[in-house]
Amino acid sequence: MRILGIIVVILTGALLIYAMGDFPSWANPVSPAHNHVSPRYIEKSMEETSVPNIVTAVLADYRGYDTMFETTVIFGAGVVCFFLLRIPRKDEPTVRRYRHTLTGMTIRVKETRKIPPVLEEFERIDTLWAPHDLIIKTACRILVPFLQLFGLYVIAHGHHSPGGGFQGGVILGASMILLAISHDLRTAIGRMSERVHAILCPVGVFIYAGTGALCLLLGFNFLDYGALAGILHVDPVTARSHGILIVEIGVGLAVMATMIWIYNNISSKGRYDEGL
Amino acid sequence: MIWQLDLAILTLVVVAAVGAITIKDLLGSAILFGAYSFMMCLLWSIMGAVDVAFTEASVGAGVSTVFFVAAVFRTTRRTKD
Repeated sequence: MRILGIIVVILTGALLIYAMGDFPSWANPVSPAHNHVSPRYIEKSMEETSVPNIVTAVLADYRGYDTMFETTVIFGAGVVCFFLLRIPRKDEPTVRRYRHTLTGMTIRVKETRKIPPVLEEFERIDTLWAPHDLIIKTACRILVPFLQLFGLYVIAHGHHSPGGGFQGGVILGASMILLAISHDLRTAIGRMSERVHAILCPVGVFIYAGTGALCLLLGFNFLDYGALAGILHVDPVTARSHGILIVEIGVGLAVMATMIWIYNNISSKGRYDEGL
Repeated sequence: MIWQLDLAILTLVVVAAVGAITIKDLLGSAILFGAYSFMMCLLWSIMGAVDVAFTEASVGAGVSTVFFVAAVFRTTRRTKD
């Protein structure tokens, strides 16, 4: 069975490599993609959407449907992770560990014993893996706001430089994941609870689809941002640029919430109690 | 495009890809997959697709490696097969 699998894989790979010979070579000016599609975007996208970064213009405006359903796929991934892993009932671990912050001593409390009240001197730590490192904690805590600022910059500056909703959303999510890794999961959840992810994730998709539906209501095509000119009090070309920014914000929100949601579910086995 | 650099990165991509599927240690596999994603990111940026390279760097090399490490941490580190 194993040998059969290897033969099938090698045959498929050989077929794919053989088919590559029919592809136009890299940067070939007469390849089908470069005949009339690319010149149209390169020459017209600036005057039609006033977005200097052609990739952003194609991604969020000309090919808006694709990006909308990509966002829906990300949302679906988050929801599936939630339904597969999340354990809704309060399933407390049998042993808890606490650290005395002044002396660094750790104590272990079994289930049968009484759990101590929340005290200033004691902080709860993870049972499995809890090395205490002040340098890592402080460095990551200082790094997080800069990461988030960079994420916002990537989303907002996607019109002019590489970047956009997906990348910016991932960076924003990674900042919260960094907080969860360097401190513990409970700190990160305390900053941003599960309810916030569960709401932000569909809200992001809704902003995208809602912008499209708004254009439809105003009598234009779905996702034709020129329709927003009347609402935003700008000319249709600038309205398309602003429409791209609105949907990028939606994508960023959805991606950020999904990344944190998936991480929280995977790292805590759906218990939201003790993470990585 | 410097072809020596291109060839070196392509070789590393193949080595990282083969290593990621053959290694027994799943944590090592996750890290090799991150290295593979980063090399792909370099290839994209050599070819001038900066947006794709940015996505590959943030999603492929960054967050998905963290997801794999978290999954390995919560399951087992060695494969059965």
